[in-house]
Amino acid sequence: MQTLSNRTGAALFLAPLLLFLSLAYVVPFLGVAGWSVTLPEPGIGQYSVLLSDPLVQSVFIRTFRICAIVTLASVTCAYAIAFLWVRGTPLQRRITEFCILVPFWISVLTRAFGWVALLSNRGLINTWLQSLGFISEPLALVRNEFGVIVGMTHFLIPFAVFPLASAMRNLDERVLLAARGLGASRTRIFWTVFVPMTMSGIIGAALIVFVFALGFFVTPAILGGGRSVMVAELVYVRLFQSPDWGLAAAISVVLVLIVGALMALLFRTLKPAQMV
Amino acid sequence: MAEPSRAAELKAEGVSKSFGSFRALNDLSLDIGRGEFLTLLGPSGSGKTTFLMILAGFESPTSGRLYGDGVDITAQPAEQRAAGMVFQGYALFPHMSVEKNIAFPLRVRKKPEAEIRTRVGAMIERVGLVGHEKKLPSQLSGGQQQRVALARALVFEPGVLLLDEPFSALDKSLRSAMQAEVKRLHEETGTTFVFVTHDQSEALALSSRVAIFHHGKLLQVGDPRQVYERPASRFVAEFLGEINMLPVTGVHRNGVGTVAICDERPIRLLNGGDHVGDAAVLALRPEHITVSPEPKSGFNSITARASGATYLGNTTKLELRTRAGAKLSVAVPHETAALALGSDAVWLNWPTEQGFLLPGGGH
Repeated sequence: MQTLSNRTGAALFLAPLLLFLSLAYVVPFLGVAGWSVTLPEPGIGQYSVLLSDPLVQSVFIRTFRICAIVTLASVTCAYAIAFLWVRGTPLQRRITEFCILVPFWISVLTRAFGWVALLSNRGLINTWLQSLGFISEPLALVRNEFGVIVGMTHFLIPFAVFPLASAMRNLDERVLLAARGLGASRTRIFWTVFVPMTMSGIIGAALIVFVFALGFFVTPAILGGGRSVMVAELVYVRLFQSPDWGLAAAISVVLVLIVGALMALLFRTLKPAQMV
Repeated sequence: MAEPSRAAELKAEGVSKSFGSFRALNDLSLDIGRGEFLTLLGPSGSGKTTFLMILAGFESPTSGRLYGDGVDITAQPAEQRAAGMVFQGYALFPHMSVEKNIAFPLRVRKKPEAEIRTRVGAMIERVGLVGHEKKLPSQLSGGQQQRVALARALVFEPGVLLLDEPFSALDKSLRSAMQAEVKRLHEETGTTFVFVTHDQSEALALSSRVAIFHHGKLLQVGDPRQVYERPASRFVAEFLGEINMLPVTGVHRNGVGTVAICDERPIRLLNGGDHVGDAAVLALRPEHITVSPEPKSGFNSITARASGATYLGNTTKLELRTRAGAKLSVAVPHETAALALGSDAVWLNWPTEQGFLLPGGGH
């Protein structure tokens, strides 16, 4: 694909970026890692707190639960969208493409408040349902885990679409024809041939979504209303509200390690080129 | 093992197919007999693969009808038609083992598990894949993948097996081994085989009949010998193998055959065809021509001058020019080539039973 000289050229262009990333991320992170073993006193005390404190543990468990549900929901929706994008009629493809790209132009904050406007007690959905007489009391759709999951899923779907669409595009059309020719129904082909053959895309999409979801801050902070705190928000609280910088740093280090491990897994499953 | 009663009989009637403004198939009618081995032969873009896709049910004709065992199947989708099909590049299921690939059509048909096991086992044995049952297609060689594709397409005993250039990815020696294998499977199963290729020697070697396609039209159908020795047109003559074209004049028929003038010499053709008229082209396969210092009696002979030679290993390909300037090429023993190159003129001789006339101006 690329010649060696092309690669060297690319490396030269990428060098400043690499320098910037290491100055902006790696160096400060090393500082944070330093805090985690020095504040308030030297030692690994903060890590043992992390392992024993029920509050920290419950936040981690909640984070993993939310991330798992969000991953499942995003990948399922994204699979349908990617399918339409890759295998739909030209018009369907164009519309799908538009719908995938538009969310990228709207900031995460705007989107979170948009969901609040839709889901809150006096929001659109509750007002409609009440005026149509389906419910008498507003449903609790926001300021809880449900709201967080809806907001995060909405944000992450487009990221899952790309690896899935790429896997679907790479699939050899003749294999699907062969399955039809051998007498298989469309449903059967979908479940026994199409889905297994796009499995690398599914795994890749799931890992990308899960990794992104782990570090979410804005969406859970707004849609969770302080009641379903996730790890990133806990770090924020420990830094700025009930200062305990050592613990905040230790949590950050653990989070980075988990994300790093998942990324390693991701790169083993997918070639980077497949993710775009 | 032969089960000729299961073999299907297909019939295409006035089938045309257009993709936008491109006419891929033009008013094609063809009968495919029960249990025959029919090859669809033609250059790429000639419509042969389109016709195969229509037979399989993956494409529907723009006009015309298709019958399977006398029943109109034009509107029947591929999954109901269930012809066995071997694709170019095999199209195996990459996530399934050899065994599971072959079992797929039986699973689709909800056969009992015990029956599936016996039939898959027998098929694996028949195509020589014992010991590879649990492997994935990516762990097999090209020839082995080809065998899996054949086994998968034949295991449910389809009435017809369609093969789309199945050997195009194989090297030459493997290719001839697989050709023999396909021929054997045809004899053993007795199923109707329809085989697409652009390789004329493959077509002649395998088939009971060859159908030659060009620009979306079916030019000629016949057994290999017929189409090779009696092509109906210049395209068929040239496509089926090397051929020399010599302009002739004064063509007329007498009691025993056709006589004409070729390069100022009278020639006799016992099987020249029914072409009559002043100008025509004499088509001569190179293997029927011998080169000698003197004309051979009882043969048609003309003189020519050697203009070049190419060493081919077992023979030398000699390039010659007649006095009138027509070009010929003939494969000859090396000594004959040396002799021809060393002399001003040699005689080209061919038996009166060989050579046939085609309409049209000369080269």
